[in-house]
Amino acid sequence: MELFGLYNYWVFAIVLMTGFYAVIAKGNFIKRLIGLSIFQSAVFLLYITMGKVDGGTAPIIQEGVTDQVYSNPLPQVLILTAIVVGISTLALGLAIVVRIKESYGTIEEHEVQSLDRSS
Amino acid sequence: MVILFAVFLLTLLALTAVAIVRTENLFVAVMLTGIFSLLMAANFFVLDAADVALTEAAVGAGISTVLFLGALALTAEHERSVVSGRWLSMGIVVVTTLILIYATFDKPRLGDPRAPVHQHVAPWYLDQTPELIGIPNVVTAVLGSFRGYDTLGEVFVVVTACIGVLFILGVRRGGYSPSPDGDRLTTAGSGLRHHLIPKVVGRLLIPFIVLFGLYVLFHGEYGPGGGFQAGAIIATGIILYALLDGEAQALKAVPRPVLMGMVVGGATLYGAVGVAGIALGGSFLDYSVLADDPVKGQQLGILIIEVGVGLAVCGSLLSIFHAFAARGRH
Repeated sequence: MELFGLYNYWVFAIVLMTGFYAVIAKGNFIKRLIGLSIFQSAVFLLYITMGKVDGGTAPIIQEGVTDQVYSNPLPQVLILTAIVVGISTLALGLAIVVRIKESYGTIEEHEVQSLDRSS
Repeated sequence: MVILFAVFLLTLLALTAVAIVRTENLFVAVMLTGIFSLLMAANFFVLDAADVALTEAAVGAGISTVLFLGALALTAEHERSVVSGRWLSMGIVVVTTLILIYATFDKPRLGDPRAPVHQHVAPWYLDQTPELIGIPNVVTAVLGSFRGYDTLGEVFVVVTACIGVLFILGVRRGGYSPSPDGDRLTTAGSGLRHHLIPKVVGRLLIPFIVLFGLYVLFHGEYGPGGGFQAGAIIATGIILYALLDGEAQALKAVPRPVLMGMVVGGATLYGAVGVAGIALGGSFLDYSVLADDPVKGQQLGILIIEVGVGLAVCGSLLSIFHAFAARGRH
C-alpha cells in the first residue's frame, strides 16, 4: 500500500519522458506535437495527483454534511484552464505544420533542413 | 479496490503513451491519443477531479482528435523513421526517468492530507466559498471569482491562438461562402451523408450533446461543469454535424460572422463584467457590487463570465476547425 502511494508519480515520470522522447528523437512535426501533448498531459496528471486527499471527494460542498473531506480545488482549477489553452496552442502548432507542408512539400525535419540548405 | 482500479488505469495510460510514440503510422497514433485522453479523464475522475475529467474527455478525446485528423488529411499519414541519434535520445530519456523516479521518494504519498500543497490557500477556499460565494462547486468559485484574473488571461490566450490559426491558414482563401460548384465536392465536402448508420445515430445524438453542453454551462455552479467544458461540448456537437452533413451545412447553421461574434463577444463580455465592477464602485472583476447582496452579486458575476467563457471557447474551437476544413478543399 505504501508503495502504491508513489505509483502515480512514477507513471507521471514515464509518460512525461515518453512524450519528451517523441519531441527529441522524432523528425516528423506532427509526431512531435503529439509528443508535446503527451508531455503536457503528464504534467496535468502530476498536478491532479497532488490535489488528491485520502477519503476525499470532488470539491463540491454538500449541504448539511459537515465531516466530509474534500480534495484540493486549486490544482484542478489550474489544470482545467490549462487543458483548453493546450488545445488552442496545439491547433496553432498544427496550423504552422500545415503551412510547412504547403511550402516545402514535407513535414520531416531533415528534409526541410536539406531543402533550406540547397536553396 | 479503487486503488487497484487506479493502478490498472495508470498502467494502461503508460502503455498507450509508449504505443503512440512507437507506431510510425500517424493515423494509428492519433486514434491512440483519443484513447490516451479518455484514460487520462478516467484517472482524473478517480483522483476526485470531476471538472477536469469532463474537460479532458470533451477536449482531449473529442476535439484534439478531430484537429489532428484534419491536419493529417492536409499533410502525410506516415512518418519516415530517423535512424541517427535514436540511442542517444533513448539514453537521455531513460536516465531522466530514473532521476525523476528517484526524486519521487521524497514526495508526500498520494492522498496525504499533511502534504504542503494542502496547507496554503486551499483550505481557505474550501472554508470561505459557502459564505462568500454561496455556490457548492468550489472549483467554479475559485475559477470564476477568487482567481478571475487568471481565467480572464486564459480566455484571451484561447482567443489569441484562434486569431493566430485564422491568420496562418487564411480564412479567405478557403472561401467565405459555399462554392457555387458545391455538387463537385468530394466526400470531404459532403461528409458522411451517404453512410446510413453514422447519419441516423449522429442526428439523434447532436441535439442531446448540445443540450448537455447547455446543462453543463448553467449547472456549473452546482455540479461539475462550467464555461470551458460547455464550450468544448457544444463545439463537439457542431463538429459532429459538420462531419455528418458536410462543412457547408454546418456553416449555414452557425455562419462565420456568428462564430467571430462569439469569440470576440465572449471575451468582451468577461472583460465588461470586470469593468462593471469598477463602474459600480468596486475593483476590477469584483462581482460583489453587481447586486444589492454581495453573495447574489458573486453568483450573478460568475454566471455571466461562465457564459462569456463558453461563447469564446466554443467560437474559437469551431473557427479553428473550419479553418482546417476550408484549407482541405483547396
